[in-house]
Amino acid sequence: MRTRIAGVQPPRQATPEFEAANLRQRKRRGLLMALPAYTYLVTFFALPLLVVVVYSFATRNRFGGTDLSGWNLDSYQQIGNELVRQVLVRSLILALITTALCLVISYPFAYFMSTRKPVVRNLMLVFVMIPFWTNFLVRNYAWYVILGTDGPLSRITEFVGIGATRVLFTQTAVVLGLVYGFLPFMILPLYAAIERIDGRLLEASRDLYASGLQSFRHVLLPLSMPGVVAGSILVFIPSLGAYVTPEVLGGAKTTLLGSYIVTQFLSSRNMPFGAALSTVLMVIMLTAALVYFRRGGRTL
Amino acid sequence: MATPGNITEPKGITRHLLRLNSWLVFVFFYAPIVILVIFSFSDNRNVGVWGGLTFDWYRDFADNEPIKGALTNSLQIAVVSTLVAVVLGTLAALALERFTFRGRKVFDALLYLPIIIPDVTMAVMMLLFFAQLAQWFEFTKGFGTIVISHIAFNISFVSVVVRARLAGSDERLEEAAMDLYASRWQAFRYVTLPLIMPGILGGALLAFTLSLDDVVITQFVTGPGWDTLPVFVFGLIRKGVTPLINAVSVVMLVASTLLVALSLFIQRARSTD
Repeated sequence: MRTRIAGVQPPRQATPEFEAANLRQRKRRGLLMALPAYTYLVTFFALPLLVVVVYSFATRNRFGGTDLSGWNLDSYQQIGNELVRQVLVRSLILALITTALCLVISYPFAYFMSTRKPVVRNLMLVFVMIPFWTNFLVRNYAWYVILGTDGPLSRITEFVGIGATRVLFTQTAVVLGLVYGFLPFMILPLYAAIERIDGRLLEASRDLYASGLQSFRHVLLPLSMPGVVAGSILVFIPSLGAYVTPEVLGGAKTTLLGSYIVTQFLSSRNMPFGAALSTVLMVIMLTAALVYFRRGGRTL
Repeated sequence: MATPGNITEPKGITRHLLRLNSWLVFVFFYAPIVILVIFSFSDNRNVGVWGGLTFDWYRDFADNEPIKGALTNSLQIAVVSTLVAVVLGTLAALALERFTFRGRKVFDALLYLPIIIPDVTMAVMMLLFFAQLAQWFEFTKGFGTIVISHIAFNISFVSVVVRARLAGSDERLEEAAMDLYASRWQAFRYVTLPLIMPGILGGALLAFTLSLDDVVITQFVTGPGWDTLPVFVFGLIRKGVTPLINAVSVVMLVASTLLVALSLFIQRARSTD
Protein backbone atom coordinates (compact mmCIF):
# COMPACT_ATOMS: atom_id res chain seq x y z
CA MET A 1 0.00 0.00 0.00
CA ARG A 2 1.28 3.41 -0.89
CA THR A 3 1.56 5.78 1.99
CA ARG A 4 -0.16 9.05 1.53
CA ILE A 5 1.37 12.16 2.92
CA ALA A 6 -1.21 14.60 4.09
CA GLY A 7 0.33 17.29 1.92
CA VAL A 8 -0.27 20.93 1.89
CA GLN A 9 -3.60 21.56 0.26
CA PRO A 10 -4.58 24.98 -0.96
CA PRO A 11 -6.92 26.57 1.58
CA ARG A 12 -10.53 26.09 0.63
CA GLN A 13 -12.25 29.29 -0.21
CA ALA A 14 -15.97 29.65 -0.55
CA THR A 15 -15.87 31.59 -3.78
CA PRO A 16 -18.86 31.10 -6.13
CA GLU A 17 -16.55 29.36 -8.63
CA PHE A 18 -15.29 27.00 -5.98
CA GLU A 19 -18.84 26.20 -4.82
CA ALA A 20 -19.99 25.51 -8.38
CA ALA A 21 -16.98 23.30 -9.10
CA ASN A 22 -17.54 21.49 -5.85
CA LEU A 23 -21.19 20.85 -6.65
CA ARG A 24 -20.30 19.59 -10.14
CA GLN A 25 -17.73 17.25 -8.67
CA ARG A 26 -20.21 15.91 -6.12
CA LYS A 27 -22.77 15.29 -8.83
CA ARG A 28 -20.20 13.42 -10.91
CA ARG A 29 -19.16 11.26 -7.97
CA GLY A 30 -22.78 10.55 -7.07
CA LEU A 31 -23.61 9.42 -10.57
CA LEU A 32 -20.45 7.32 -10.71
CA MET A 33 -21.41 5.50 -7.51
CA ALA A 34 -24.99 4.96 -8.56
CA LEU A 35 -24.02 3.85 -12.06
CA PRO A 36 -23.31 0.12 -11.43
CA ALA A 37 -26.63 -0.51 -9.67
CA TYR A 38 -28.44 1.82 -12.05
CA THR A 39 -27.12 0.01 -15.12
CA TYR A 40 -27.86 -3.34 -13.55
CA LEU A 41 -31.46 -2.52 -12.71
CA VAL A 42 -32.12 -0.96 -16.10
CA THR A 43 -30.72 -4.04 -17.85
CA PHE A 44 -32.09 -6.79 -15.63
CA PHE A 45 -35.24 -5.20 -14.27
CA ALA A 46 -36.58 -2.33 -16.38
CA LEU A 47 -35.79 -4.08 -19.66
CA PRO A 48 -37.49 -7.37 -18.65
CA LEU A 49 -40.47 -5.28 -17.53
CA LEU A 50 -40.58 -3.74 -21.00
CA VAL A 51 -40.34 -7.19 -22.60
CA VAL A 52 -43.49 -8.28 -20.72
CA VAL A 53 -45.42 -5.26 -21.97
CA VAL A 54 -44.22 -5.87 -25.54
CA TYR A 55 -45.17 -9.56 -25.36
CA SER A 56 -48.67 -8.68 -24.20
CA PHE A 57 -49.33 -7.14 -27.62
CA ALA A 58 -47.82 -10.08 -29.57
CA THR A 59 -49.52 -13.13 -31.10
CA ARG A 60 -49.39 -16.73 -29.96
CA ASN A 61 -48.55 -19.07 -32.83
CA ARG A 62 -49.75 -22.63 -33.38
CA PHE A 63 -46.71 -24.20 -31.72
CA GLY A 64 -47.21 -22.42 -28.43
CA GLY A 65 -44.50 -19.94 -29.29
CA THR A 66 -44.91 -16.23 -29.68
CA ASP A 67 -44.68 -14.22 -32.90
CA LEU A 68 -43.35 -10.75 -32.32
CA SER A 69 -45.36 -9.26 -35.17
CA GLY A 70 -48.95 -8.44 -35.99
CA TRP A 71 -49.37 -6.43 -32.82
CA ASN A 72 -52.87 -6.55 -31.40
CA LEU A 73 -55.01 -6.18 -28.30
CA ASP A 74 -56.41 -9.74 -28.39
CA SER A 75 -54.79 -10.73 -25.11
CA TYR A 76 -56.41 -7.82 -23.33
CA GLN A 77 -59.79 -8.60 -24.87
CA GLN A 78 -59.41 -12.17 -23.57
CA ILE A 79 -59.53 -10.76 -20.04
CA GLY A 80 -63.25 -10.11 -20.60
CA ASN A 81 -63.92 -13.86 -21.02
CA GLU A 82 -66.24 -15.49 -18.50
CA LEU A 83 -63.59 -17.84 -17.07
CA VAL A 84 -60.97 -15.12 -16.75
CA ARG A 85 -63.45 -12.75 -15.14
CA GLN A 86 -64.25 -15.44 -12.59
CA VAL A 87 -60.58 -15.79 -11.67
CA LEU A 88 -60.15 -12.02 -11.45
CA VAL A 89 -63.25 -11.49 -9.32
CA ARG A 90 -62.32 -14.40 -7.03
CA SER A 91 -58.79 -13.04 -6.62
CA LEU A 92 -60.08 -9.56 -5.83
CA ILE A 93 -62.56 -10.88 -3.26
CA LEU A 94 -60.06 -13.17 -1.55
CA ALA A 95 -57.41 -10.42 -1.52
CA LEU A 96 -59.94 -7.99 -0.01
CA ILE A 97 -61.02 -10.50 2.66
CA THR A 98 -57.35 -11.16 3.47
CA THR A 99 -56.65 -7.44 3.77
CA ALA A 100 -59.71 -6.83 5.96
CA LEU A 101 -58.84 -9.74 8.28
CA CYS A 102 -55.24 -8.56 8.60
CA LEU A 103 -56.44 -5.03 9.41
CA VAL A 104 -58.89 -6.20 12.08
CA ILE A 105 -56.27 -8.41 13.75
CA SER A 106 -53.36 -5.99 13.41
CA TYR A 107 -54.91 -2.72 14.49
CA PRO A 108 -55.52 -3.64 18.14
CA PHE A 109 -52.19 -5.48 18.16
CA ALA A 110 -50.28 -2.45 16.88
CA TYR A 111 -52.17 -0.20 19.30
CA PHE A 112 -51.38 -2.46 22.24
CA MET A 113 -47.73 -2.55 21.17
CA SER A 114 -47.59 1.26 21.20
CA THR A 115 -48.77 1.34 24.82
CA ARG A 116 -45.91 -0.90 25.99
CA LYS A 117 -42.55 0.08 27.47
CA PRO A 118 -39.75 0.47 24.88
CA VAL A 119 -38.09 -2.81 25.94
CA VAL A 120 -41.30 -4.81 25.52
CA ARG A 121 -42.07 -3.02 22.27
CA ASN A 122 -38.74 -3.93 20.73
CA LEU A 123 -39.10 -7.51 21.86
CA MET A 124 -42.58 -7.70 20.32
CA LEU A 125 -41.17 -6.17 17.15
CA VAL A 126 -38.49 -8.84 16.91
CA PHE A 127 -41.07 -11.60 17.35
CA VAL A 128 -43.17 -10.09 14.57
CA MET A 129 -40.10 -9.73 12.33
CA ILE A 130 -38.94 -13.34 12.64
CA PRO A 131 -41.90 -14.88 10.77
CA PHE A 132 -41.74 -11.91 8.38
CA TRP A 133 -38.42 -13.13 6.99
CA THR A 134 -38.70 -16.89 7.47
CA ASN A 135 -39.33 -19.10 4.50
CA PHE A 136 -42.73 -18.36 3.02
CA LEU A 137 -43.12 -21.79 1.42
CA VAL A 138 -42.37 -23.54 4.69
CA ARG A 139 -44.84 -21.37 6.60
CA ASN A 140 -47.57 -22.26 4.11
CA TYR A 141 -46.60 -25.90 4.26
CA ALA A 142 -47.06 -25.83 8.05
CA TRP A 143 -50.74 -25.10 7.44
CA TYR A 144 -50.89 -27.98 4.99
CA VAL A 145 -49.84 -30.27 7.85
CA ILE A 146 -52.35 -28.71 10.27
CA LEU A 147 -55.37 -28.58 7.98
CA GLY A 148 -55.07 -31.95 6.21
CA THR A 149 -57.25 -35.05 6.59
CA ASP A 150 -56.74 -36.51 10.09
CA GLY A 151 -54.48 -33.56 10.80
CA PRO A 152 -54.25 -31.76 14.15
CA LEU A 153 -57.14 -29.37 13.42
CA SER A 154 -59.43 -32.21 12.44
CA ARG A 155 -58.47 -34.04 15.63
CA ILE A 156 -59.38 -31.01 17.70
CA THR A 157 -62.77 -30.51 16.06
CA GLU A 158 -63.51 -34.22 16.47
CA PHE A 159 -62.57 -33.99 20.12
CA VAL A 160 -64.76 -30.94 20.67
CA GLY A 161 -67.62 -32.76 18.99
CA ILE A 162 -68.00 -30.83 15.72
CA GLY A 163 -66.76 -33.84 13.78
CA ALA A 164 -63.84 -34.28 11.41
CA THR A 165 -63.08 -31.27 9.25
CA ARG A 166 -61.04 -30.88 6.13
CA VAL A 167 -60.26 -27.26 5.48
CA LEU A 168 -57.34 -28.07 3.18
CA PHE A 169 -57.87 -27.32 -0.53
CA THR A 170 -60.67 -24.82 0.14
CA GLN A 171 -60.80 -21.05 -0.19
CA THR A 172 -60.79 -20.79 3.59
CA ALA A 173 -57.41 -22.53 3.67
CA VAL A 174 -56.07 -20.11 1.06
CA VAL A 175 -57.27 -17.04 3.00
CA LEU A 176 -55.81 -18.50 6.19
CA GLY A 177 -52.46 -19.04 4.49
CA LEU A 178 -52.48 -15.53 3.03
CA VAL A 179 -53.35 -13.89 6.36
CA TYR A 180 -50.64 -15.94 8.04
CA GLY A 181 -48.12 -15.00 5.39
CA PHE A 182 -48.85 -11.28 5.14
CA LEU A 183 -49.89 -10.29 8.67
CA PRO A 184 -46.48 -8.70 9.46
CA PHE A 185 -46.87 -6.48 6.37
CA MET A 186 -49.90 -4.97 8.09
CA ILE A 187 -48.58 -4.85 11.66
CA LEU A 188 -45.33 -3.04 10.88
CA PRO A 189 -46.67 0.07 9.07
CA LEU A 190 -49.63 0.29 11.47
CA TYR A 191 -47.29 0.21 14.44
CA ALA A 192 -45.04 2.83 12.82
CA ALA A 193 -48.06 5.11 12.36
CA ILE A 194 -49.67 4.62 15.77
CA GLU A 195 -46.42 4.81 17.72
CA ARG A 196 -45.83 8.31 16.32
CA ILE A 197 -49.16 9.66 17.61
CA ASP A 198 -49.04 12.03 20.56
CA GLY A 199 -50.94 10.27 23.33
CA ARG A 200 -51.96 13.62 24.84
CA LEU A 201 -54.33 14.16 21.91
CA LEU A 202 -56.25 11.05 22.88
CA GLU A 203 -56.33 12.14 26.52
CA ALA A 204 -57.54 15.60 25.51
CA SER A 205 -60.43 14.09 23.57
CA ARG A 206 -61.41 12.02 26.60
CA ASP A 207 -61.16 15.07 28.85
CA LEU A 208 -63.62 16.77 26.53
CA TYR A 209 -66.13 13.99 27.19
CA ALA A 210 -65.56 11.89 24.07
CA SER A 211 -66.47 8.25 24.61
CA GLY A 212 -63.79 5.64 23.91
CA LEU A 213 -65.41 4.92 20.58
CA GLN A 214 -65.66 8.58 19.63
CA SER A 215 -62.06 9.15 20.59
CA PHE A 216 -61.04 6.24 18.38
CA ARG A 217 -63.26 7.30 15.49
CA HIS A 218 -62.34 11.00 15.47
CA VAL A 219 -58.77 11.08 16.80
CA LEU A 220 -56.89 7.77 16.70
CA LEU A 221 -58.18 6.45 13.37
CA PRO A 222 -57.65 9.64 11.32
CA LEU A 223 -54.14 10.07 12.76
CA SER A 224 -53.19 6.47 11.99
CA MET A 225 -54.68 6.55 8.48
CA PRO A 226 -51.28 6.57 6.69
CA GLY A 227 -50.45 3.28 8.41
CA VAL A 228 -53.83 1.79 7.50
CA VAL A 229 -53.37 2.74 3.84
CA ALA A 230 -49.76 1.52 3.70
CA GLY A 231 -50.53 -1.78 5.44
CA SER A 232 -53.58 -2.45 3.28
CA ILE A 233 -51.60 -1.91 0.09
CA LEU A 234 -48.72 -4.04 1.30
CA VAL A 235 -51.12 -6.92 2.04
CA PHE A 236 -53.49 -6.47 -0.90
CA ILE A 237 -50.85 -6.47 -3.66
CA PRO A 238 -49.03 -9.70 -2.79
CA SER A 239 -52.38 -11.40 -2.00
CA LEU A 240 -53.62 -10.54 -5.47
CA GLY A 241 -50.48 -11.96 -7.04
CA ALA A 242 -50.21 -14.93 -4.68
CA TYR A 243 -48.98 -18.11 -6.28
CA VAL A 244 -47.36 -20.32 -3.65
CA THR A 245 -50.28 -20.22 -1.17
CA PRO A 246 -53.06 -21.29 -3.56
CA GLU A 247 -50.73 -23.95 -5.01
CA VAL A 248 -49.98 -25.47 -1.62
CA LEU A 249 -53.25 -24.92 0.27
CA GLY A 250 -55.79 -24.41 -2.48
CA GLY A 251 -57.63 -26.85 -4.71
CA ALA A 252 -58.96 -26.88 -8.26
CA LYS A 253 -61.59 -24.25 -7.53
CA THR A 254 -59.27 -21.77 -5.91
CA THR A 255 -57.17 -20.65 -8.86
CA LEU A 256 -56.09 -17.09 -8.18
CA LEU A 257 -54.59 -14.50 -10.48
CA GLY A 258 -51.02 -15.44 -9.57
CA SER A 259 -51.43 -19.16 -10.29
CA TYR A 260 -53.49 -18.37 -13.37
CA ILE A 261 -50.66 -16.27 -14.79
CA VAL A 262 -48.15 -19.05 -14.11
CA THR A 263 -50.41 -21.56 -15.89
CA GLN A 264 -50.30 -19.44 -19.01
CA PHE A 265 -46.53 -19.87 -19.15
CA LEU A 266 -45.89 -23.34 -17.81
CA SER A 267 -48.83 -25.36 -19.19
CA SER A 268 -51.11 -23.41 -21.56
CA ARG A 269 -48.16 -21.84 -23.35
CA ASN A 270 -50.15 -18.70 -24.08
CA MET A 271 -47.42 -16.20 -23.33
CA PRO A 272 -49.04 -13.04 -24.74
CA PHE A 273 -52.11 -13.63 -22.57
CA GLY A 274 -49.97 -14.32 -19.51
CA ALA A 275 -47.98 -11.18 -20.29
CA ALA A 276 -51.20 -9.15 -20.56
CA LEU A 277 -52.39 -10.43 -17.17
CA SER A 278 -48.98 -9.61 -15.66
CA THR A 279 -49.17 -6.13 -17.13
CA VAL A 280 -52.59 -5.60 -15.56
CA LEU A 281 -51.25 -6.79 -12.20
CA MET A 282 -48.27 -4.46 -12.61
CA VAL A 283 -50.51 -1.46 -13.36
CA ILE A 284 -52.60 -2.18 -10.24
CA MET A 285 -49.39 -2.51 -8.25
CA LEU A 286 -47.92 0.76 -9.57
CA THR A 287 -51.15 2.65 -8.89
CA ALA A 288 -51.18 1.35 -5.33
CA ALA A 289 -47.49 2.18 -4.89
CA LEU A 290 -48.13 5.73 -6.08
CA VAL A 291 -50.90 6.12 -3.49
CA TYR A 292 -48.54 4.68 -0.87
CA PHE A 293 -45.72 7.13 -1.57
CA ARG A 294 -48.11 10.07 -1.91
CA ARG A 295 -49.26 9.27 1.59
CA GLY A 296 -45.71 9.63 2.71
CA GLY A 297 -45.13 5.94 3.21
CA ARG A 298 -41.45 5.02 3.18
CA THR A 299 -40.67 1.91 5.08
CA LEU A 300 -41.89 -1.65 5.09
CA MET B 1 -37.26 7.18 20.15
CA ALA B 2 -39.47 8.74 22.74
CA THR B 3 -42.48 10.57 21.41
CA PRO B 4 -44.03 13.38 23.39
CA GLY B 5 -46.72 11.71 25.43
CA ASN B 6 -46.86 7.98 24.90
CA ILE B 7 -50.23 6.42 24.31
CA THR B 8 -51.53 5.11 27.60
CA GLU B 9 -53.21 1.78 28.04
CA PRO B 10 -57.01 1.95 28.07
CA LYS B 11 -58.83 0.77 31.16
CA GLY B 12 -61.52 -1.79 31.82
CA ILE B 13 -62.54 -4.56 29.48
CA THR B 14 -60.80 -3.04 26.43
CA ARG B 15 -57.48 -3.51 28.14
CA HIS B 16 -58.05 -7.23 28.63
CA LEU B 17 -59.31 -7.67 25.08
CA LEU B 18 -56.19 -5.96 23.74
CA ARG B 19 -53.96 -8.23 25.79
CA LEU B 20 -55.84 -11.32 24.68
CA ASN B 21 -55.64 -10.28 21.02
CA SER B 22 -51.89 -9.80 21.25
CA TRP B 23 -51.34 -13.20 22.82
CA LEU B 24 -53.55 -14.80 20.18
CA VAL B 25 -51.52 -13.13 17.42
CA PHE B 26 -48.32 -14.64 18.79
CA VAL B 27 -49.97 -18.06 19.14
CA PHE B 28 -51.16 -17.72 15.54
CA PHE B 29 -47.61 -16.84 14.43
CA TYR B 30 -45.76 -19.58 16.25
CA ALA B 31 -48.16 -22.51 16.81
CA PRO B 32 -47.96 -23.72 13.18
CA ILE B 33 -44.17 -23.61 13.34
CA VAL B 34 -44.12 -25.60 16.58
CA ILE B 35 -46.58 -28.14 15.17
CA LEU B 36 -44.45 -28.56 12.04
CA VAL B 37 -41.36 -29.20 14.17
CA ILE B 38 -43.25 -31.77 16.28
CA PHE B 39 -44.53 -33.69 13.28
CA SER B 40 -41.10 -33.80 11.68
CA PHE B 41 -40.28 -36.33 14.43
CA SER B 42 -43.45 -38.36 13.86
CA ASP B 43 -43.18 -41.98 12.77
CA ASN B 44 -46.15 -41.98 10.39
CA ARG B 45 -46.41 -41.74 6.59
CA ASN B 46 -49.26 -39.26 6.97
CA VAL B 47 -47.63 -35.85 7.56
CA GLY B 48 -50.20 -34.64 10.10
CA VAL B 49 -50.67 -37.76 12.22
CA TRP B 50 -48.56 -38.60 15.26
CA GLY B 51 -47.03 -42.08 15.19
CA GLY B 52 -44.33 -42.13 17.83
CA LEU B 53 -40.90 -40.52 17.97
CA THR B 54 -38.43 -41.07 15.13
CA PHE B 55 -35.43 -39.37 13.57
CA ASP B 56 -35.81 -41.30 10.30
CA TRP B 57 -36.92 -38.30 8.25
CA TYR B 58 -33.80 -36.37 9.17
CA ARG B 59 -31.72 -39.45 8.33
CA ASP B 60 -33.52 -39.65 4.96
CA PHE B 61 -32.68 -36.01 4.42
CA ALA B 62 -29.01 -36.66 5.09
CA ASP B 63 -29.00 -39.65 2.71
CA ASN B 64 -30.97 -38.01 -0.08
CA GLU B 65 -28.57 -37.02 -2.87
CA PRO B 66 -30.97 -34.81 -4.92
CA ILE B 67 -31.85 -32.80 -1.82
CA LYS B 68 -28.23 -32.36 -0.86
CA GLY B 69 -27.50 -31.29 -4.44
CA ALA B 70 -30.31 -28.74 -4.27
CA LEU B 71 -28.98 -27.46 -0.96
CA THR B 72 -25.51 -26.97 -2.47
CA ASN B 73 -27.04 -25.12 -5.43
CA SER B 74 -29.00 -22.88 -3.04
CA LEU B 75 -25.90 -21.99 -1.04
CA GLN B 76 -23.73 -21.27 -4.09
CA ILE B 77 -26.40 -19.05 -5.62
CA ALA B 78 -27.04 -17.23 -2.34
CA VAL B 79 -23.34 -16.51 -1.74
CA VAL B 80 -22.64 -15.13 -5.22
CA SER B 81 -25.84 -13.09 -5.50
CA THR B 82 -25.34 -11.65 -2.01
CA LEU B 83 -21.75 -10.57 -2.67
CA VAL B 84 -22.66 -8.72 -5.86
CA ALA B 85 -25.84 -7.22 -4.43
CA VAL B 86 -24.00 -5.93 -1.35
CA VAL B 87 -21.42 -4.04 -3.40
CA LEU B 88 -23.94 -2.56 -5.84
CA GLY B 89 -26.59 -1.89 -3.18
CA THR B 90 -24.16 -0.16 -0.80
CA LEU B 91 -22.80 2.09 -3.56
CA ALA B 92 -26.37 2.95 -4.56
CA ALA B 93 -27.27 3.76 -0.96
CA LEU B 94 -24.24 6.03 -0.57
CA ALA B 95 -25.02 7.81 -3.84
CA LEU B 96 -28.64 8.41 -2.85
CA GLU B 97 -28.02 9.49 0.74
CA ARG B 98 -24.84 11.53 0.33
CA PHE B 99 -24.88 12.90 -3.22
CA THR B 100 -27.17 14.51 -5.72
CA PHE B 101 -26.99 13.58 -9.37
CA ARG B 102 -29.05 13.71 -12.50
CA GLY B 103 -31.74 11.01 -12.62
CA ARG B 104 -31.68 10.58 -8.85
CA LYS B 105 -35.45 10.45 -8.51
CA VAL B 106 -35.88 7.88 -11.29
CA PHE B 107 -33.16 5.77 -9.73
CA ASP B 108 -34.83 6.02 -6.32
CA ALA B 109 -38.13 4.79 -7.76
CA LEU B 110 -36.43 2.04 -9.77
CA LEU B 111 -34.75 0.79 -6.59
CA TYR B 112 -38.10 0.43 -4.80
CA LEU B 113 -39.84 -1.48 -7.58
CA PRO B 114 -38.25 -4.92 -7.05
CA ILE B 115 -39.37 -4.80 -3.40
CA ILE B 116 -43.03 -4.11 -4.06
CA ILE B 117 -43.55 -6.01 -7.32
CA PRO B 118 -45.36 -9.35 -6.84
CA ASP B 119 -43.10 -12.41 -7.17
CA VAL B 120 -45.12 -13.77 -10.04
CA THR B 121 -44.74 -10.61 -12.09
CA MET B 122 -40.99 -10.56 -11.61
CA ALA B 123 -40.81 -14.27 -12.44
CA VAL B 124 -42.68 -13.66 -15.71
CA MET B 125 -40.41 -10.70 -16.49
CA MET B 126 -37.25 -12.74 -16.09
CA LEU B 127 -38.67 -15.74 -17.98
CA LEU B 128 -39.61 -13.69 -21.04
CA PHE B 129 -36.41 -11.65 -20.86
CA PHE B 130 -34.20 -14.75 -20.94
CA ALA B 131 -36.44 -16.40 -23.55
CA GLN B 132 -35.98 -13.37 -25.78
CA LEU B 133 -32.25 -13.22 -25.07
CA ALA B 134 -31.91 -16.92 -25.95
CA GLN B 135 -32.99 -16.11 -29.48
CA TRP B 136 -29.96 -13.89 -29.95
CA PHE B 137 -27.29 -15.50 -27.77
CA GLU B 138 -26.47 -19.07 -26.94
CA PHE B 139 -26.80 -19.92 -23.24
CA THR B 140 -28.53 -22.47 -21.05
CA LYS B 141 -30.59 -21.48 -18.06
CA GLY B 142 -29.15 -22.38 -14.69
CA PHE B 143 -26.68 -20.83 -12.28
CA GLY B 144 -26.20 -17.63 -14.30
CA THR B 145 -29.84 -16.85 -14.92
CA ILE B 146 -30.80 -17.55 -11.29
CA VAL B 147 -27.96 -15.41 -9.90
CA ILE B 148 -28.80 -12.53 -12.26
CA SER B 149 -32.45 -12.59 -11.14
CA HIS B 150 -31.60 -12.81 -7.44
CA ILE B 151 -29.16 -9.88 -7.66
CA ALA B 152 -31.93 -7.85 -9.33
CA PHE B 153 -34.15 -8.03 -6.24
CA ASN B 154 -31.38 -8.17 -3.64
CA ILE B 155 -29.78 -4.84 -4.66
CA SER B 156 -32.97 -3.09 -3.56
CA PHE B 157 -33.18 -4.79 -0.17
CA VAL B 158 -29.49 -4.14 0.60
CA SER B 159 -29.78 -0.49 -0.38
CA VAL B 160 -32.89 0.02 1.78
CA VAL B 161 -31.13 -1.38 4.87
CA VAL B 162 -27.88 0.54 4.26
CA ARG B 163 -29.77 3.77 3.56
CA ALA B 164 -31.63 3.47 6.85
CA ARG B 165 -28.26 3.23 8.59
CA LEU B 166 -26.77 6.13 6.59
CA ALA B 167 -29.76 8.36 7.26
CA GLY B 168 -29.24 7.83 10.98
CA SER B 169 -25.54 8.71 10.92
CA ASP B 170 -24.15 12.21 11.04
CA GLU B 171 -22.73 13.50 7.77
CA ARG B 172 -20.66 16.08 9.63
CA LEU B 173 -18.37 13.34 10.91
CA GLU B 174 -17.06 12.80 7.39
CA GLU B 175 -16.76 16.54 6.84
CA ALA B 176 -14.81 16.82 10.07
CA ALA B 177 -12.45 14.06 8.92
CA MET B 178 -11.85 15.87 5.65
CA ASP B 179 -11.31 19.18 7.41
CA LEU B 180 -8.58 17.35 9.29
CA TYR B 181 -6.92 16.56 5.95
CA ALA B 182 -8.25 13.06 5.42
CA SER B 183 -8.61 12.31 1.72
CA ARG B 184 -12.07 11.35 0.47
CA TRP B 185 -11.01 7.72 0.45
CA GLN B 186 -9.60 7.92 3.97
CA ALA B 187 -12.75 9.60 5.25
CA PHE B 188 -14.79 6.85 3.68
CA ARG B 189 -12.54 4.01 4.82
CA TYR B 190 -12.06 5.16 8.42
CA VAL B 191 -15.28 7.08 9.17
CA THR B 192 -18.19 6.21 6.90
CA LEU B 193 -17.52 2.52 6.41
CA PRO B 194 -17.26 1.60 10.11
CA LEU B 195 -20.42 3.64 10.74
CA ILE B 196 -22.52 1.82 8.17
CA MET B 197 -20.95 -1.63 8.65
CA PRO B 198 -23.89 -2.94 10.74
CA GLY B 199 -26.22 -1.87 7.92
CA ILE B 200 -24.08 -3.58 5.30
CA LEU B 201 -23.87 -6.82 7.28
CA GLY B 202 -27.57 -6.73 8.09
CA GLY B 203 -28.39 -6.12 4.43
CA ALA B 204 -26.07 -8.95 3.39
CA LEU B 205 -27.75 -11.43 5.73
CA LEU B 206 -31.15 -10.31 4.55
CA ALA B 207 -30.12 -10.73 0.90
CA PHE B 208 -28.67 -14.16 1.69
CA THR B 209 -31.93 -15.22 3.38
CA LEU B 210 -34.12 -13.91 0.57
CA SER B 211 -32.00 -15.69 -2.00
CA LEU B 212 -32.19 -18.95 -0.04
CA ASP B 213 -35.98 -18.60 0.35
CA ASP B 214 -37.06 -17.65 -3.15
CA VAL B 215 -39.28 -20.15 -4.95
CA VAL B 216 -41.34 -18.42 -7.59
CA ILE B 217 -38.70 -16.44 -9.48
CA THR B 218 -36.12 -19.24 -9.26
CA GLN B 219 -38.61 -21.77 -10.59
CA PHE B 220 -39.03 -19.66 -13.72
CA VAL B 221 -35.35 -19.13 -14.48
CA THR B 222 -33.80 -22.42 -13.33
CA GLY B 223 -32.31 -24.91 -15.76
CA PRO B 224 -31.40 -28.59 -15.77
CA GLY B 225 -29.57 -29.59 -12.59
CA TRP B 226 -29.97 -26.19 -10.96
CA ASP B 227 -33.09 -26.61 -8.81
CA THR B 228 -32.62 -24.86 -5.49
CA LEU B 229 -33.84 -26.38 -2.22
CA PRO B 230 -37.15 -24.45 -2.06
CA VAL B 231 -37.87 -25.20 -5.73
CA PHE B 232 -37.16 -28.88 -5.10
CA VAL B 233 -39.39 -28.93 -2.00
CA PHE B 234 -42.16 -27.07 -3.84
CA GLY B 235 -42.03 -29.78 -6.52
CA LEU B 236 -42.22 -32.50 -3.85
CA ILE B 237 -45.24 -30.86 -2.19
CA ARG B 238 -47.09 -30.76 -5.48
CA LYS B 239 -46.25 -34.36 -6.36
CA GLY B 240 -47.39 -35.77 -3.04
CA VAL B 241 -46.42 -35.00 0.47
CA THR B 242 -44.10 -37.24 2.53
CA PRO B 243 -42.79 -36.65 6.07
CA LEU B 244 -39.37 -36.07 4.51
CA ILE B 245 -40.68 -32.62 3.56
CA ASN B 246 -41.42 -31.92 7.23
CA ALA B 247 -37.78 -32.55 8.10
CA VAL B 248 -36.42 -30.48 5.20
CA SER B 249 -38.85 -27.67 6.09
CA VAL B 250 -37.69 -27.61 9.69
CA VAL B 251 -34.05 -27.40 8.59
CA MET B 252 -34.89 -24.48 6.26
CA LEU B 253 -36.91 -22.84 9.01
CA VAL B 254 -34.12 -23.08 11.54
CA ALA B 255 -31.56 -21.78 9.03
CA SER B 256 -33.57 -18.73 8.01
CA THR B 257 -34.61 -17.94 11.59
CA LEU B 258 -30.97 -17.99 12.70
CA LEU B 259 -29.94 -15.77 9.79
CA VAL B 260 -32.67 -13.24 10.48
CA ALA B 261 -32.05 -13.19 14.19
CA LEU B 262 -28.37 -12.56 13.45
CA SER B 263 -29.32 -9.81 10.99
CA LEU B 264 -31.58 -8.07 13.51
CA PHE B 265 -28.92 -8.37 16.17
CA ILE B 266 -26.23 -6.84 13.98
CA GLN B 267 -28.48 -4.00 12.82
CA ARG B 268 -29.38 -3.14 16.37
CA ALA B 269 -25.81 -3.26 17.61
CA ARG B 270 -24.30 0.16 18.05
CA SER B 271 -21.05 0.64 16.16
CA THR B 272 -18.02 0.26 18.40
CA ASP B 273 -17.54 3.93 19.15
